[in-house]
Amino acid sequence: MLNKVNKQKLVVIGNGMAGIRTVEVLLDRAPDLYEITVFGSEPYGNYNRILLSPVLAGEKTVNDIMLNTEQWYEDNGITLRKGEMIEMIDRRTCEVVTADGARVPYDRLLIATGSNPIMLPLPGKDLPGVIGFRDIQDVERMVQASTNYRNAVVIGGGLLGLEAANGLMKRGMNVTVVHLLDTLMERQLDQVAGGLLRKSLEERGMVFKMPAQTEAILGTDRVTGVRFADGEELPADLVVMAVGIRPNFELARKAGLYCERGIVVSDTMQTYDGRIYAVGECVQHRRQTYGLVAPLFDQAKVCANHLAMKGFATYDGSVVSTKLKVTGIDLFSAGDFAPGADKEEIVMQDASRGVYKRIILRDKKIVGAVLYGDTIDGPWYFQHLRDGTDVSHMRERLVFGAANLGDGGHSGKNSVAAMSDETEICGCNGVCKGTIVKAISEKKLFTIDDVRAHTKASSSCGSCTGLVEQVLAFTLGGDYSAAPKVKPMCACTDHSHDDARRVIIENGLKTIPDVMKFMDWKTANGCHSCRPALNYYLLATWPGEYRDDQQSRYINERVHANIQKDGTYSVVPRMWGGVTTPDELRAIADVADKFNIPTVKVTGGQRIDLLGVKKEDLPAVWSDLNKAGMVSGHAYAKGLRTVKTCVGSEWCRFGTQDSTGLGVKLEKFMWGSWTPAKVKLAVSGCPRNCAEATCKDVGVVCVDSGYEIHFAGAAGLHIKGTEFLTKVATEEETLEIIAALTQLYREQGWYLERMYKWCDRVGLDAIRKQVVDDIANRKALFSRFAHSQQFSQSDPWAARAERGVDRNEFTPLAELELA
Amino acid sequence: MTKWIEIGTLNDIPVLGSRVVRTASGDIAVFRTSDDEVFALDDRCPHKGGPLSQGIVHNKRVTCPLHNFVIELKSGTAVAPDEGCTRAHPTKVENGIVWLSVQTAATVPAE
Repeated sequence: MLNKVNKQKLVVIGNGMAGIRTVEVLLDRAPDLYEITVFGSEPYGNYNRILLSPVLAGEKTVNDIMLNTEQWYEDNGITLRKGEMIEMIDRRTCEVVTADGARVPYDRLLIATGSNPIMLPLPGKDLPGVIGFRDIQDVERMVQASTNYRNAVVIGGGLLGLEAANGLMKRGMNVTVVHLLDTLMERQLDQVAGGLLRKSLEERGMVFKMPAQTEAILGTDRVTGVRFADGEELPADLVVMAVGIRPNFELARKAGLYCERGIVVSDTMQTYDGRIYAVGECVQHRRQTYGLVAPLFDQAKVCANHLAMKGFATYDGSVVSTKLKVTGIDLFSAGDFAPGADKEEIVMQDASRGVYKRIILRDKKIVGAVLYGDTIDGPWYFQHLRDGTDVSHMRERLVFGAANLGDGGHSGKNSVAAMSDETEICGCNGVCKGTIVKAISEKKLFTIDDVRAHTKASSSCGSCTGLVEQVLAFTLGGDYSAAPKVKPMCACTDHSHDDARRVIIENGLKTIPDVMKFMDWKTANGCHSCRPALNYYLLATWPGEYRDDQQSRYINERVHANIQKDGTYSVVPRMWGGVTTPDELRAIADVADKFNIPTVKVTGGQRIDLLGVKKEDLPAVWSDLNKAGMVSGHAYAKGLRTVKTCVGSEWCRFGTQDSTGLGVKLEKFMWGSWTPAKVKLAVSGCPRNCAEATCKDVGVVCVDSGYEIHFAGAAGLHIKGTEFLTKVATEEETLEIIAALTQLYREQGWYLERMYKWCDRVGLDAIRKQVVDDIANRKALFSRFAHSQQFSQSDPWAARAERGVDRNEFTPLAELELA
Repeated sequence: MTKWIEIGTLNDIPVLGSRVVRTASGDIAVFRTSDDEVFALDDRCPHKGGPLSQGIVHNKRVTCPLHNFVIELKSGTAVAPDEGCTRAHPTKVENGIVWLSVQTAATVPAE
């Protein structure tokens, strides 16, 4: 108990999503720093306010949407004072005063008072039967009204109003939606999408009166009707005002904290009084107020970081996306879609399919998107919007979405909402939609990382990430943002891959512990995700200087072979350009016999794979292969793998150039190089393209007049044809450009980011400029590549087989005879 | 009574790495952390039997090389939300010598 006395006191006003999320993150970051007291005016634990609409519609119960039970508060040592109102903040004595006059002292105060529904100042607004749509009590009143009454009027045709109207309609009421403007959800939708939405809601039986201004609410003991400015009257037993929300900052204002439209906070979520923080709908940050949940979570994270005294994170605003939570209606909107002279629009409209898509571009970047009917690509557009990707290279196909960008591999094609529970979402781990939905609801998951951890979906190859995100949005009801704007490398840090690279270069950091110390890593030695990444960045930044950290290498790279499911390894010797000799084949056959290697298989990269080698046999296997002149094929490496070739002009009657010879030259020059992810090359001797060069990381297609260089293709998780980079006349130029391109990728790619993903992120034009157009820059890149090759082109197999490097990897520490 | 067997020196195990001890009842992975603590586990991941000795060691955990299950070195239990447990064996380090007490079915009390 002595411990408790020494803790600082944190008081939280508001038991809603923003406040409690802050507390949750804080408990994770600094579990013992504060003694926490939470005041909540509602008589419940913390619930998911966004899901009130499905509760109203009868699709979920109040229990379904509870986020933190009272037990949770108890388990975490938090004092929850529910149903207690704070009357005053006494900043002089650092105390809050409850309605009963009790004074509670604080060292740090967090205001998360949320917002109130705007009640229009109409005559009759206080009549029984006139309500807002904000909390569980409002929902209960609406549900009750729906059992006793027939006619409902919802004032407000925005997100909240339509969800309320839909819910009441599902409960059997006749619902009329009254909207001041002529477009529904005008803040999220343009006229066309608003029209499509109206049409499909009308088909479900909703009635609209718009544009219309409400003049008075009629009735004496209870509401009986509504009168409009044009004199028309509508009978109504229930009137729901859903015209907007207003930040609730009365308490803060009374305490003398600076407020405008909300409580004004800094980038660290502090008010003008540094001891007092504020998060959520009650705050105004950089002139913006937010009413969606994703920004609140971003704010909560920054605020918790600061409260935990890890003050490096700042909040710099959020871009938000919206999805309407009306079952069966697919609608997505994000960013800025108001027309403007500096903006361009791409519009696709297919009225009979009920599909409408509008993408708004400014300066080659997506700034807004409105999707109706087919929202599968919503998260994909949103990601590009937040990342500020240059999309000019895919502009002509942009409106058709990711699935039509040649990116037709194992990714989302069907609307998640229409899938049955048995539909398999994650093919790697065999996870079905129903399993994911169940985990999200039962375990109260909010983020893609949570879903990965609990279900394994999207945790292997990641190609179903988009689908899982959709399941998440579908289950939670929408506006959960797909991914944070800047993705941290892993849970060990809040810093991104780019941050780590920059810090390594700017500060001349040369070891993993130095980087972790400099960047305030949260764990002592990182994890299996960040350590290999840092090891790569250091290796790529300081060639010849950095000492490769074997313990930060994945096992395959550490022992230069590929681990198999039974713990044995596979061995792939290099075959330059896919060319071999009788002597090499004999040596391989002899090795297979000598070591009882169970499987010998030809790989997709024109080489031979020896599978099922015991770990302790590896050095001897390598030794025999070395003796026949063969070296490691790096089939395990995040580095150059294979250069696939066709026979070219040497044999083929169609061949235009010596593709085999060029392939061998490329491989001899580039083998041993480490890259962010694997790199596969191919050289085809003519446009018939037998080496399949146009789905490789880098592909050369020989033509009569020279060499076409293509890159950024893929034929694995995703199928993607290459982008054309340039055409040159000589082999020397081909080699120079490919090496320069690879070097640029080495310097810019994030660890495990394939070349096509890198190209997607930084843009084709930017890459072409640096490796094709700017010749001085190309030569500089080339010489940096050549420099680092001096240190990487020694056969790791020979080092281990002949010189005893890492001998301890291949021998047991001890062999015990146990009784 | 704990039966200690000498298996080698601390220096034989790389920092943040591991070595294998062969026994008649299967391999045991012996890990060394960054602050020179030594732990031993059955060299089988509770998930699909992956060799934990081949994983990346971080803090007091190891990540299985097959499917990235993270296992606590001290207890052998998988880090939540993953579930499962592999057998842990007591170790001690004295004057740079590593000692192992192999737990067999007989030495582990039945649950």
